[in-house]
Amino acid sequence: MADRPVVLRGARLVDPVEELDAVLDLRLAEGRIAAVGEGLAEPGDRVVDVDGLVAAPGFCDMHVHFREPGLEYKETVASGAAAAVAGGFTAVACMANTDPVNDSPSVTAHIRQLAEQAGLAHVHPIAATTQGMAGERISEFGSLKEAGAVAVSDDGLPVGDPAVMRKALEYSRLHDLPVIEHCETLELTGEGAMREGAYAAWIGLPGIPAASEFIAVERNIALAEITGARLHIAHLSTARSAAAVRRAKAAGLRVTAEVTPHHLVLTEEAVGDYDTAAKMKPPLAADADREALLTAIADGTADAIATDHAPHHEDEKRLCFQSAPFGIVGLETAVPLVLDRLVASGAISLARAVRLLATGPRRILGLPGGDLRPGSPADITLLDLEATSTIDPESFRSRGRSTPFAGLSLKGQVAATWVGGREVYSRNAGR
Amino acid sequence: MRHLLGIRGLTPEEALGILDEAPRYQDVADQPVPRVPVLVGRTVTHLFMEPSTRTQASFQLAAKRLSAEPLSFVPKSSSLTKGETFLDTARTLASMAPDIVVVRSAESGAPHVLAREIPTAQVINAGDGISEHPTQALLDAFTIRKHLGRIAGVRVTIIGDLLHSRVFRSNARLLTMLGAEVRCCGPPTLVPPGLDRLGVRSLLHLGEALEGAEAVMVLRIQHERMHASFIPTEREYYREFGLTGERLARTDNAIVLHPGPLNRGVEISSEVADGPRSVILDQVRNGVAVRMAVLAEIARSSPRSHRTDG
Repeated sequence: MADRPVVLRGARLVDPVEELDAVLDLRLAEGRIAAVGEGLAEPGDRVVDVDGLVAAPGFCDMHVHFREPGLEYKETVASGAAAAVAGGFTAVACMANTDPVNDSPSVTAHIRQLAEQAGLAHVHPIAATTQGMAGERISEFGSLKEAGAVAVSDDGLPVGDPAVMRKALEYSRLHDLPVIEHCETLELTGEGAMREGAYAAWIGLPGIPAASEFIAVERNIALAEITGARLHIAHLSTARSAAAVRRAKAAGLRVTAEVTPHHLVLTEEAVGDYDTAAKMKPPLAADADREALLTAIADGTADAIATDHAPHHEDEKRLCFQSAPFGIVGLETAVPLVLDRLVASGAISLARAVRLLATGPRRILGLPGGDLRPGSPADITLLDLEATSTIDPESFRSRGRSTPFAGLSLKGQVAATWVGGREVYSRNAGR
Repeated sequence: MRHLLGIRGLTPEEALGILDEAPRYQDVADQPVPRVPVLVGRTVTHLFMEPSTRTQASFQLAAKRLSAEPLSFVPKSSSLTKGETFLDTARTLASMAPDIVVVRSAESGAPHVLAREIPTAQVINAGDGISEHPTQALLDAFTIRKHLGRIAGVRVTIIGDLLHSRVFRSNARLLTMLGAEVRCCGPPTLVPPGLDRLGVRSLLHLGEALEGAEAVMVLRIQHERMHASFIPTEREYYREFGLTGERLARTDNAIVLHPGPLNRGVEISSEVADGPRSVILDQVRNGVAVRMAVLAEIARSSPRSHRTDG
């Protein structure tokens, strides 16, 4: 039996596409937004009073690691999807570095099936750029797209060989798939564990130079230029990378980029006393980089905020800094961080935040929605801008617990998450 | 002092306190029975995750002279990665409820992790990765003060692999904290950016770095640095950075320190290492006394001291 139509009544609707910011009702029917306006309830509709909340198009995190198949002890598709909706994300795109690698249509289909069984967020697989993520032969983009892949990426294992990267970009045009690249020059990273600079010199950890990233960014932009293909740069972390993306866009190249909340909020000093919760790639950078990234999300250089949610088992992160794996969780901390540290602080408007979290990523991945127009999917994120909460890793739905934000008190949080016209998460279970 | 995790975190008063106490313990060595009952009934566990002959021997001797029960804990490297072994080792050690743990590790920050994982233990850092080697810095400062009569205002030059040296990092912190003027110099490939935060002045050319120095600290150059192309060859290193008599002559009759073991003909000439201004063997002697002072100071703030001393 189909769900009854629902009217979300009295929310402040924020839709950056329609440039809408007004208190109106939303009527959801048959998994879609049926109408936007006043007094929309029809006989038989279920009316949900959301007075005082913000209703935004459902957020989409285009960069997560769900670890299934193969590394279920870190995260499963179900635990990841639960974390997504608890964090206000109605959709995610998950990276291919599972075991086996998602370089075949059967793995892509399997991940989608697991997500359907979980029945929470939409989970869009990103397939590997190269077979086995070995950086040698490109994978079957056509079959992978048909199976549901929305992009290709060897995230975490950058494509080192420029000739292979060129071929991947050229071939991607056939199926209009974006090639997402984790830009890193592994030879320059070497044994590095955090950003090279004064703090690494101070506490004695091997450094990763900023050039490790921006040399790869500049190379890949050059390859995007000669191929005319769509290149998406994952997790920008340096001022110079942001400047390169800005120039590429000005030159009319099909280059897009994302930034993580942690790179927008923290600097290398967060490593503190060898805190492995501050160990990720790219590493936290200098304050000047952080400021350049804030400019990049404000002026449209960056198209998306993505978390790079990379869960690891607690035993793996409870090690010495150099031995611990790179990566932290992000799905359940991103929205409060954006609302408190970016919006309330005045760095960006609420409409810009919604664009970066909902619209930008869907445009890059070619997904419907990201707005509140009638006909768009009834995927809605409800925000309470006034509620204050404290980040508590023990309450996470994710199996990963490693976050540098534990204990932080933030104003603004997710009140509820609706997917396909149904409430899949509510902070107050009573609603 | 609950732990000695690094010179970072140490106050000038605490550092000077140790330097002032050390001569007392130096006298112990000259007694017919070189032993004092400072740590009776306490276990001092030497957890050495990285091979070290000198530092381990020095700490063991220091613990024995203080009448502690020294326990050597040298985990074999197994098929597990270093990190997994470390966490398991920490948990195993924690179950034995040790009093003082002296830890040496190839990983920066290992003593911090250990102090977090074994809340009951007191941790002394005997060298962690490229981060710190605080007792080496304390014994170096002690040696400088012994020979030059002061630390404040002394012009010290540190030469060598500044990127990978925990001895450099601890000395830079301690000596500048105690008012010395520290200059440093090494191959540009081995000088990381951001050193000014340590309060030292980094110079490109050795001649300028040595000018007027009262103490020269020569760091050991590791053979593996050549394979990673930080330096072309040992011969070239000696040519550019080796401390020779000729170069030493540019200083203000400086004393010469080296943490050992020496690579003669690489970072230092035999003429200098064995010469009249070398205090290298005295550093080793002072090391035992300084480590005794550190152990005694740590034991004073033991959570158990009110019981055992009462």
